[in-house]
Amino acid sequence: MKLSREQVRHVATLAHLALTEEEEAKVQEQLSAILEAMETLRELDTAEVEPTSHAVSEVGGWREDVVAPSLPPDKALANAPAKVGTSFAVPRILE
Amino acid sequence: MELTDLSLLELSRKLAAGEASSVEAVRASLARIGRLDGKVKAFLLLDERGAVAAAQASDARRKAGAPLGPLDGVPVALKDLFCTEGLATTAGSRVLQGFVPPFDGTAVRLLKASGLPILGKTNMDEFAMGSSTENSGFFPSRNPWDLTRSPGGSSGGSAAAVAARMAFGALGTDTGGSIRQPAALTGTVGLKPTYGRVSRYGVVAFASSLDQVGPFARTVSDVAALLGVVAGHDPCDATSSTRPVPAYLETLEQGVKGLRLGMPREYFELEGLDGEVRAAVEAACRAFEKLGASLVPISLPHTKYALATYYLVAPAEASSNLARYDGVRYGLRVPGRGLREMYAGTRDRGFGAEVKRRILLGTYALSAGYYDAYYLKAQKVRTLIKRDFEAAWGQVDAIVSPTAPTAAFRLGEKVDDPLAMYANDVFTLPCNLAGLPGMSLPCGFTRSGLPIGLQILGKHFDEATMLRVGRAFERAHDFVRAPPLGEA
Repeated sequence: MKLSREQVRHVATLAHLALTEEEEAKVQEQLSAILEAMETLRELDTAEVEPTSHAVSEVGGWREDVVAPSLPPDKALANAPAKVGTSFAVPRILE
Repeated sequence: MELTDLSLLELSRKLAAGEASSVEAVRASLARIGRLDGKVKAFLLLDERGAVAAAQASDARRKAGAPLGPLDGVPVALKDLFCTEGLATTAGSRVLQGFVPPFDGTAVRLLKASGLPILGKTNMDEFAMGSSTENSGFFPSRNPWDLTRSPGGSSGGSAAAVAARMAFGALGTDTGGSIRQPAALTGTVGLKPTYGRVSRYGVVAFASSLDQVGPFARTVSDVAALLGVVAGHDPCDATSSTRPVPAYLETLEQGVKGLRLGMPREYFELEGLDGEVRAAVEAACRAFEKLGASLVPISLPHTKYALATYYLVAPAEASSNLARYDGVRYGLRVPGRGLREMYAGTRDRGFGAEVKRRILLGTYALSAGYYDAYYLKAQKVRTLIKRDFEAAWGQVDAIVSPTAPTAAFRLGEKVDDPLAMYANDVFTLPCNLAGLPGMSLPCGFTRSGLPIGLQILGKHFDEATMLRVGRAFERAHDFVRAPPLGEA
């Protein structure tokens, strides 16, 4: 499967990655090669096979919904690149 | 003999006998790190003050006759993927530079509660994506057996630290072989537990259906002891199992008499398997026969599809998990005009080439129009791979194979060829896809003196049998050696 330059740009936009021209070209080539190697999976008939949802089926279960202490706001905000009061600050999104 | 030459359990016994103190052990480790880590580059960060303080507290507890945890006072290292309260955690990425977690991950909390001083944080491939540490956002680590070679990855720093005897043990994580492959390449023992055996809470996520925490040490008994400290249910990780944790050390010496060990044909017949590696692993298999086990040829027919399956499932999960690095809550922020430019600028500067490659691959595999053909298809093939193992467990108690197809490769050798690098994980990643426990232990050396790893796989939650098998081999054929680092 050969990816087009437009597909690379589209996926980069979805992933919030800004690629340079040079990166785009390299990614186009490498992803195409990787996807081609993935084509081997098409050899297998999986029409009747259930997809795996859990590696170990017994894992997971219900627990009581109990209120417990969580991280206090000052600790949760300690790593914020920018904050206002008890909120993370981001660039304005509405005019 | 230096203190640092002791195994983890030997040190623990010396501490119990009052023949050494934890402070002496920590200072000996730190001194060795000071002498050697300029060459090996296993550590990203040292916590000398924290380690000494924890050692002093351990010595004080012992002196006062206060209750002691298992391995109390034994210094260890942590892959820099574990959140450590008050101690910077980078996941090997520049996008997390400056991040100081406000809490300890569960495995870290359990180590601390058991009294183990933490020497520092070890180098790794960025977000655990890689097999060589060359994808670290900071610098590559070097293999103590040959400084021009890679220690493997992604937990290469932990493996190198243990191999170079700079730490008595270490924790790593294994998503597709990131504990077992570096263990094989550095002549150490590394164990990836069953999915759900150890809590993943507070471990920076890579691929959540595959990630698992596990120990490194120099002997099988040592990893059994460390696993016992960190295993168990954790309400903070819904995927952690409520099964009780067996006393691994109690069954360790039971030997392999009567056990059936499977040799998967597809692993031993792989084209890229190095001749010396194959010979050493086959010799190990014959040794098991001498010890009373029976060898059973088995087939895992979907093995050749595991690599493609893994490199769709893992990047897909990673693309979702890594969406959180957007410059909003922690780590790097590259300001931009508006939110989208800030996201893209931050991620572009913060992530390295391999991480971007996998995010793009995963995003593509999950995107509209391609989901069925790639991600869903891979999850279906994953079911077939799981069934291969389920069928094998009807015939055998454990599976033995090489851990990696070759011994340690040179730094730079594969870094520009992602598919060649991925092929290094061909024997390790089926185990992650199936959620099984696996371990690697040294089983010989190449003619040029590089360690060779033997992989043992077990049934779900049957780490005990796997460890017994490993221990039986180690007792009969001890390949624990100090690497030639030009000093004692």
